[in-house]
Amino acid sequence: MKAAQVLSQFQAAGVETCFHGRHIHPQIYAELDGSNWGIESYTKRGGYQALRTILGADGGTAWTQDQVIATVKESGLRGRGGAGFPTGLKWSFMPRQFPGQKYLVCNSDEGEPGTCKDRDILMYNPHSVIEGMIIAAYAMGISVGYNYIHGEIFREYERFETALEEARAAGYLGPKLLGSDFSFELHAHHGFGAYICGEETALLESLEGKKGQPRFKPPFPASFGLYGKPTTINNTETFAAVPWIIRNGGAAYLACGKPNNGGTKIFSVSGDVELPGNYEVPMGTPFSKLLELAGGVRKGRQLKAVIPGGSSSPVLPASIMMECTLDYDSISKAGSMLGSGAVIVMDDSRCMVESLKRLSYFYMHESCGQCTPCREGTGWLWRLVDRIHRGEGRQADMDVLDDVAANIMGRTICALGDAAAMPVRAMLKHFRHEFEAMIPKTNPRTSASA
Amino acid sequence: MISDATLTRFAREVAKYPAEQKQSAVMACLAIVQQEQGFISETAEIDIAAYLGMPQIAVHEVTTFYNMYNQHPVGKYKLNVCTNLPCLLRDGGKALEYLEKKLGISMGDTTPDGLFTLQQCECLGACADAPVMLVNDRSMCSFMSDDKLDQLVDSLRAAEGRA
Repeated sequence: MKAAQVLSQFQAAGVETCFHGRHIHPQIYAELDGSNWGIESYTKRGGYQALRTILGADGGTAWTQDQVIATVKESGLRGRGGAGFPTGLKWSFMPRQFPGQKYLVCNSDEGEPGTCKDRDILMYNPHSVIEGMIIAAYAMGISVGYNYIHGEIFREYERFETALEEARAAGYLGPKLLGSDFSFELHAHHGFGAYICGEETALLESLEGKKGQPRFKPPFPASFGLYGKPTTINNTETFAAVPWIIRNGGAAYLACGKPNNGGTKIFSVSGDVELPGNYEVPMGTPFSKLLELAGGVRKGRQLKAVIPGGSSSPVLPASIMMECTLDYDSISKAGSMLGSGAVIVMDDSRCMVESLKRLSYFYMHESCGQCTPCREGTGWLWRLVDRIHRGEGRQADMDVLDDVAANIMGRTICALGDAAAMPVRAMLKHFRHEFEAMIPKTNPRTSASA
Repeated sequence: MISDATLTRFAREVAKYPAEQKQSAVMACLAIVQQEQGFISETAEIDIAAYLGMPQIAVHEVTTFYNMYNQHPVGKYKLNVCTNLPCLLRDGGKALEYLEKKLGISMGDTTPDGLFTLQQCECLGACADAPVMLVNDRSMCSFMSDDKLDQLVDSLRAAEGRA
């Protein structure tokens, strides 16, 4: 057997993560089976109908840009990449009358530990992203777009490139789409391994062929983005939600979630569950329901804690998490963040010191080095947690940890510093006793004078 | 020297960006060279810099910033095992240890026959597939139990006539 054949045997087929039939009222993952990602199948499912409608391609009046933006605003769609910023509002910030080039960028640099939802969208429903981007470009008067795809998912990048060719051949990309005056070209850009490029301005630097170090904001990308031009950046899942909203109306989208939290959301459930995978459910679904969809806690163990929105979001103990519904407001009220929807489940056998040690190593490794508090602070955090985990910690270490974390937060250009600090502070807040238990009582170095 | 075939691949990437922004293709050009040569040599950086009309140091900055570029030659198969927290909870760390034992090397090292380089890596974005690994930057291998790791390594050895 040739090497390529050997490797292909271990490819995921999406059955465990996407086509398991355990979604609730799915929109983006609806009807997918792994073979129907192509343009013909997508069109049969109603794909590109939203685009045809707003362009007036099948008779009827073309929509105005304001109409498209108003519909997205009405839907309550909020950014699915982690920040949860209202999408319609973001689109309205673009200077539509700006005379020069403007850009649209899709952030498919999915690297927030726990998150694997965009990968399945790109692989099994790539045209939903393309159609969403074309509609967004129309609404903001943009003629060129890029999809920045995570370096580690090459098959998905190739799939997206193929889908782009299909869309071009069908006349959905290129000059004067479907007989209108609107032209749009879209390209895929492949990353090569840098967590920081998920930060939107680092992503723009990377797209420009530089190392991905975040920019100061303001100016925001809407005024100074890619190549210094006005740019709008949205997450993959955000774009993929747009065609449904146009087809069914903003009110219908809002109605399937809860107020201020419209629509469905894809949650990536990982860690100690029987059935890890992606689950698309309406916003506001109880966490307990999601846990049930994922088969419950593994091996019949008890739930200990959940990191609800990707590794950067503060951990929540089981008792708090089980009371939460899955939407921006509920999880925020509980003291954490919905983030990217990456739900990392931990059972009662887990050591929180070890878990935090691994996360702290990650942030140290991925800090871009630009801001001193983050570059130096993430190293301090890791060394302190590592020392405690090795049984060489001192009583004062917990306070030092919290102090270092506090001194990183709010003192860096981008959110990576906060992302490194928040898990530390939350772990200390909820599981301080586990850290204390690892500090030797008899070690002379534990005294304050050591 | 860059071959004509490689230049054709470069040109396809450059065409995605505005004419005055050729530098945007640097990541893609480096990835192409890595696929063809196994790593990024100084010569390759010089050639790419000349091709894209950018300083060599700017190319080098990119090579050294992104995790996946090999700054030195690696084994024929680079095995990157994710051990980030979601994977760690589902035996990602054990998969790495298992491979260390099976290959007789520590993470970061290459087997004496030059066939395998073993590395720990950060989130591959496939957390529900854990244990998961990336082979030669392009092939994601999912649900890698010990049995599957055996099968992967043994089959690759066989494919290279080293069984």
